[in-house]
Amino acid sequence: MNERMTVGVAGSGTMGTGIAIVAARGGFPTIVFDVERSRVDASIAQMKAFFGKSVQRGKLTSDQVDEIMSRVSGTSDIAQMARCGLVIEAIFEELEIKGRLFSSLNEVCPPTTLFASNTSTLSITEIAARSGRDDRFVGMHFCLPAQLMKLVEMAPGLNTSPKSFEQAWQLCEAMGQRPVKTQDEPGFILNYFLVPFNNDAIRLVEARVAEPVEIDKAIKGALGYAMGPMELLDLVGLDTQVLLCEALHGVTHEPRAACPPLLRRMVAAKRLGRKTKRGFLSYETAAIFGA
Amino acid sequence: MVHSVTRSGPSRSFPAAHPLLDAAAADGDILVLVGHGAGLAYTALAEKARYTAILVELGTECLGVHTGEGRGEEGSNVLGFARFCLGKAPPSDLVEIVRQPRTRPDALDAARSLFEAYDLKTAVCGDFPGRIVDRLVRPYYNAALNRLDSKLASASDMDLTLRLGLGYPEGPIELLERTGLADHHDVTLAVYQALGDPAYAPARRAQVAKAGQRREG
Repeated sequence: MNERMTVGVAGSGTMGTGIAIVAARGGFPTIVFDVERSRVDASIAQMKAFFGKSVQRGKLTSDQVDEIMSRVSGTSDIAQMARCGLVIEAIFEELEIKGRLFSSLNEVCPPTTLFASNTSTLSITEIAARSGRDDRFVGMHFCLPAQLMKLVEMAPGLNTSPKSFEQAWQLCEAMGQRPVKTQDEPGFILNYFLVPFNNDAIRLVEARVAEPVEIDKAIKGALGYAMGPMELLDLVGLDTQVLLCEALHGVTHEPRAACPPLLRRMVAAKRLGRKTKRGFLSYETAAIFGA
Repeated sequence: MVHSVTRSGPSRSFPAAHPLLDAAAADGDILVLVGHGAGLAYTALAEKARYTAILVELGTECLGVHTGEGRGEEGSNVLGFARFCLGKAPPSDLVEIVRQPRTRPDALDAARSLFEAYDLKTAVCGDFPGRIVDRLVRPYYNAALNRLDSKLASASDMDLTLRLGLGYPEGPIELLERTGLADHHDVTLAVYQALGDPAYAPARRAQVAKAGQRREG
C-alpha cells in the first residue's frame, strides 16, 4: 500500500528538492509544492540534473530515471495536495509560517493524510498544535544533502499517536532511509550536539588557543573525523550557523549554544565560508561541496 | 637535525617502543623529555640554551607550570607536547605542540619537523588547559552522557545518528565505553578545575564510573 501512496513535499528549496528525490527514487508518486510555480519548476529541473549525474556515474539507467521522473509532478495549487498520504514540509524555520501552511493543508487533505515537518530546531508539538491534526503529525528531519544522506531523525510530538508514528517510520524506511527515534527536544540529536561543538571551536579561535587550520588538523588527526569543525562551518555557511545558534539558544538558553561574538563579526564582514570564498579558511573557488 | 631523548618515568605519549625514541642520539640538537617526570627533568636541566628546541611531554598541565610565566611575554626554545590519547586506547597519531607567546620560530619548526619525520601529525596551540582536542571533545562527551540520562535517545540511536549524520567513526557513547568513562572523568575534571566552565564538569555517568573504579581499588 505504501508504495502507491503519494508523498507531497511542501517547499522546493535545497532540502525540499532533496526529500522529493528520496521519495521519488523510493518508488512513491511525488508532488513538489511551493507557492511560486517558478520555484517548483526549478526544483524539478534540479531533480532531473541530479538523476542525470546518477546515470553518468552508472548508479541508474536512463530508463530508471525516466520511470522515477514519471512519478514526479509539481504544483503551486495547494488543493493538489489532497492526493497525498504523507506531506513533508521543508520550508524556512518560522513557527507561524509553518503553522499556517499546515493549517491550509489540513483543509485540503483527507483525514488519513500524515503530516511531517523537516524542522531541525523548532518543536514538533508546537507546529503540530497549529496543524489541526496533532495526532497525525511527526518530525522527520532529513540530513543535508537529503538525497545522499540516509539518516532521518524522527520525533513524535506530545500528541502524536503511536499508530501515526509507526506509519511514518515505515514510510521512511520504504523510501530507503534509516530513521532513528529521538524526543521532540530542541535540535533533536544532531544539531543539539553539533551547534555547540562548532561554537566551542569558534571560541577557541576567539581565545587565541589555536588557529582555525590547527584546530581542524587536531580534530581530524585525533579523532579520525573527515572534516574539522572550521571546514564544516565554512561549508554550512557562517550565516546559517548564526541562525542555528539563535534557534537553539533561544529555546534552550544553554551557554554553549549562544552565538559567539566572532561569528557575528565574520558574518558582518561577509566572510560566510565557502560561498564567499572566505570564512575561517580561504578558498580559491566557491565550488559547491561534492560532485 | 639530530634529537636526544631523556625518559623520566612512564609516558602517556610514548607508552611503548616507537621509531622516534629508537632513533635518539646521545647528543642531539633537539632534546625530547618524555614521561610523567618530564617537567621536573626540564627544571633540573643545566644547559637549556644549547638546544635548538627542548620538547617537554605534558599531562593535563600547562607548559608554564614548568617554565614559569611573566607578563604574557614568556617563551624561548621550550615547547610542550602530548600525543592525544583517550583512556585505554593507544595514543593517536596527533601530537599537540604547545607554544608560548614568544616561543622561538626555529624551535617550533624543529618540533614540527621532528614529529612529522616519524609520521606523526601535528597541531600547534597556545598554552591553555585542555589544549585543542580535550577542550572541544570533553563538553561534547559530557553532553552526550547527560542526554543519555534524560532519554533524548537510546545510546545506540545517539551513536548511530552521529555516525551517519556527521560521518564520525564512532558515536560518543560507544567511544567512551571503549576508552573508559573513568579516564574521561579525570581529564574533564582537570579541565573543569582549570577553567571553571560547567560544561567540563564530569557528567553523572562519568562520576559513577570513577567511583566504581575507586571502590575496586
